[in-house]
Amino acid sequence: MSRTTTAAAAPPVSGTAPDPGGRRLPRTLHPVAWWIWALALATAVSRTNNPLLLFLVLAVLGYVITMRRTEAPWARGFKYYLYLALTVVAIRVAFRAVFATGITPRDHFLFSLPHIPTPDWYAGIQLGGPVSLEALLSAATDGLRLACMLCCIGAANTLANPKRALRVLPGALYELGVAVTVSISVAPQLVASVQRVHRARRLRAGRPKGPRALRGIIVPVLEDALERSLRLAAAMDSRGYGRAGTATRRSRRLTGALMLLGMCGLCAGAYGLLDATAPKLLGLPAMGAGAVLCFAGLRLGGRRITRTTYRPDPWRAAEWAVAGCGVVSAVLLFSNAGFNAAELNPSIYPLSWPTLPLVPAAAILLAGAAGFLAPPPTAPVPAPAPVPVPVQRNEEAK
Amino acid sequence: MIHFDQVTVQYDDAAEPVLREVDLTVEEGELCLVVGHTGVGKSTLLGAVNGLVPHFTGGTLYGRVTVDGRDTAAHPPRELADVVGVVGQDPLDGFVTDTVEEELAYAMEQLAVPPATMRKRVEETLDLLGLADLRHRALHELSGGQQQRVAIGSVLTAHPRVLVLDEPTSALDPTAAEEVLAAVTRLVHDLGVTVLLAEHRLERVVQYADRVIHLPGDGRVVSGPPAEVFRTSSIAPPIVELGRTAGWSPLQLSIRDARRAAAPLRARLADTTPVPVRPAPAADPVTLLKARGVTVTYQGVPAVRQVGLDLRGGEITALMGRNGSGKSSLLWALQGSGPRKAGSVAVPTADGGKDADPQKLSAAEARRLVGLVPQTPTDLLYLESVKQELDQADSESGVSGPGRVRARALLDRLTPGIPDGTHPRDLSEGQKLALVLAIQLSAAPRVLLLDEPTRGLDYQAKNELIRIVDDLAAEGRAVVISTHDVEFVARAADRVVVMAEGDIVADGPTTEVIVASPVFAPQTAKILSPLPYLTVAQVASALPDDGTDPAP
Repeated sequence: MSRTTTAAAAPPVSGTAPDPGGRRLPRTLHPVAWWIWALALATAVSRTNNPLLLFLVLAVLGYVITMRRTEAPWARGFKYYLYLALTVVAIRVAFRAVFATGITPRDHFLFSLPHIPTPDWYAGIQLGGPVSLEALLSAATDGLRLACMLCCIGAANTLANPKRALRVLPGALYELGVAVTVSISVAPQLVASVQRVHRARRLRAGRPKGPRALRGIIVPVLEDALERSLRLAAAMDSRGYGRAGTATRRSRRLTGALMLLGMCGLCAGAYGLLDATAPKLLGLPAMGAGAVLCFAGLRLGGRRITRTTYRPDPWRAAEWAVAGCGVVSAVLLFSNAGFNAAELNPSIYPLSWPTLPLVPAAAILLAGAAGFLAPPPTAPVPAPAPVPVPVQRNEEAK
Repeated sequence: MIHFDQVTVQYDDAAEPVLREVDLTVEEGELCLVVGHTGVGKSTLLGAVNGLVPHFTGGTLYGRVTVDGRDTAAHPPRELADVVGVVGQDPLDGFVTDTVEEELAYAMEQLAVPPATMRKRVEETLDLLGLADLRHRALHELSGGQQQRVAIGSVLTAHPRVLVLDEPTSALDPTAAEEVLAAVTRLVHDLGVTVLLAEHRLERVVQYADRVIHLPGDGRVVSGPPAEVFRTSSIAPPIVELGRTAGWSPLQLSIRDARRAAAPLRARLADTTPVPVRPAPAADPVTLLKARGVTVTYQGVPAVRQVGLDLRGGEITALMGRNGSGKSSLLWALQGSGPRKAGSVAVPTADGGKDADPQKLSAAEARRLVGLVPQTPTDLLYLESVKQELDQADSESGVSGPGRVRARALLDRLTPGIPDGTHPRDLSEGQKLALVLAIQLSAAPRVLLLDEPTRGLDYQAKNELIRIVDDLAAEGRAVVISTHDVEFVARAADRVVVMAEGDIVADGPTTEVIVASPVFAPQTAKILSPLPYLTVAQVASALPDDGTDPAP
């Protein structure tokens, strides 16, 4: 059966494919492949502070997105991630300037902010004072690293259809996925509803501003949304959503307990790994036990759900290639093979132009290969043209 | 297929049960029409079939409902999804995914249908409902008729034996409604699906029905062949009323049969001149609104193209045209609250001063010139009681001025007997409309625009609306009603304006415009054509008092 599924999975395409070579059939890549690629790249980014490498990562992201994104609404969001990234850098720099840490004789003095004296019990933090070039630079590179990681996540969201990505969730988390999907669809309707009611306010010449106007908009919109969601719930219920399957009360409770324990284990494990003073037992063993418990919970929870997927995304060579090149670049950056680890985090004392280490740069460029390893996206659906609608058997019915 | 055995449904907050000791059997492959006024329990009856009543809605169901041998007491709606498919009024409310194909597959995914079977069924359903060209399209960019067909398809893929449709065409224009009903009848004839259909506009569906379930309103249910049930039912489409007036036996239900039966009637009426539906317009009517070159665009796409329109006092104008032809945009632009890219609107002010453009005035002044009741009247309601809404309207309109009437008095004139303390959301559709109308009339505009007021109204409420607009016109106001309902237009309007793609394509007296096109013609006109009769009332007044047809 799986054979049939895979063979049938490539969506039929109308119109010209954007692939100039024309050898590969356009299709959408498995969303998980894009997520692995993006997360691996983000991991690689976390390793370096080198602005040259970071800019290279941004360039690679830009290239892959231009090559392989679709025309869908979610695929137009990358610029917002860029704005967010810029904001992160700006905030980081501004904070560093305001909460100055003083200046040493070796630093290059840039400017001075008025010093605000803090009370004694607050002595740890200074407000204002002299700001050095080094401090700002290190804040900027730190911010840039964070911004790059943000952009990696943004790229994954741009390249992979979020709704399809949610379908990959294990069966036990299916309800969560549906809740997210529904809220994604309801949000635009809510916006439309607000606009409609706002426009209608003028018909009654209600006050355009102030709390009363707000009420005049919120009450009809919320009532509308509530009725709409009730109707949606009824529709989903009558279409078989949440069919019980074979779950007993006991197995449901067991699933819950397993998940809860597993999550506790994961938290404790993460704490143990990150805090050097924690006992060794709390690190990897707790993490491992937590993961096993969670996995068991998900499996058990998934077993009671009987559901199939229409047109599951196939996992083929292209998926391996895209996920692989991401992972390889992360591994290369962590391996320290063939380059000096210090080059990843160039010192700002003395202030000098950072060098571009060859191997990490090559590793990041390798991740950019996803831009042509992934199959071209499906051609956009033809614009809504007035479609003549066949009225079937109308004459006969009369 | 469907059995109701002594079924009584009682909601907790209601004094009387909605359904009382209902015994009902619907056989396999029947197209069953459920008729009744608003609020008599049509939706309850339909909901009981797949267990939404009482599993989802609450309340108590006594007795037994079985569908295909399954008792709904033991099976909640989701367990009946493979037997009963439910389609609601607004297809957009029920969509879970965002493209046509995924929506068709959704129910099957829940039922754990194997992927290979799913592919096959999706293809079959796309063909069956003529949706193959739309398979990758986003649901929200489809037209209303297409969306409703997708909604039907999305329950059909689960191969249900019963299809329950709750007013599937109420939001659609006549052509789109035809399209959906044609699809439904095809399912009945080709696949033997049992269909339970509730519909306010009986003229659209009555000829397809094998059986009619009439809910008279006291909790009982009368079920039988259409020709029998309609003989006595309190609601009936024009074709049935014509049959009753002419004394046909058996009653004819399709236009074709009725035309054959009406041959003697046509012969009798051949020499008569129908009394006009509406009183003749005043010899020298005042022009209350003058629009020239009105253009509305949304992001560069024209919705209304250089429309010129004069509205005269005492005249009721019907604005028709398919969904998306620019009717709403035109009304909003005339009122001044909507966008207007070019053109001018001039409304003479009440005190006889210079003509004013409502768009250039403040909102409060604009609504004193032109009042608009939007498509969703409840958008204007936000307070807790009818009294609060009316008081608010009085203060917004400044009723202190000379000749102004309080909103409460207006409402009592439109629809008497709505208590002060009622929450606006608890009113029926017709009452909500009357309330919003009263609120808008409290500003005493001389031009009144109604955007699709007939949507969701039953025959009774429509009669009520006709009386209201008649009175408004008699007071010398100009009334514009945008609607898809041709029977309503035939009875209410002096003049019909038809729009297509943002242009006015026809503008003239109702009799001329409405009879010119077979889609737009009301049933009476189709049956009695070429005689210029539009309504049953005209025929009744032309016949002798006993109303019987002298022909054998």
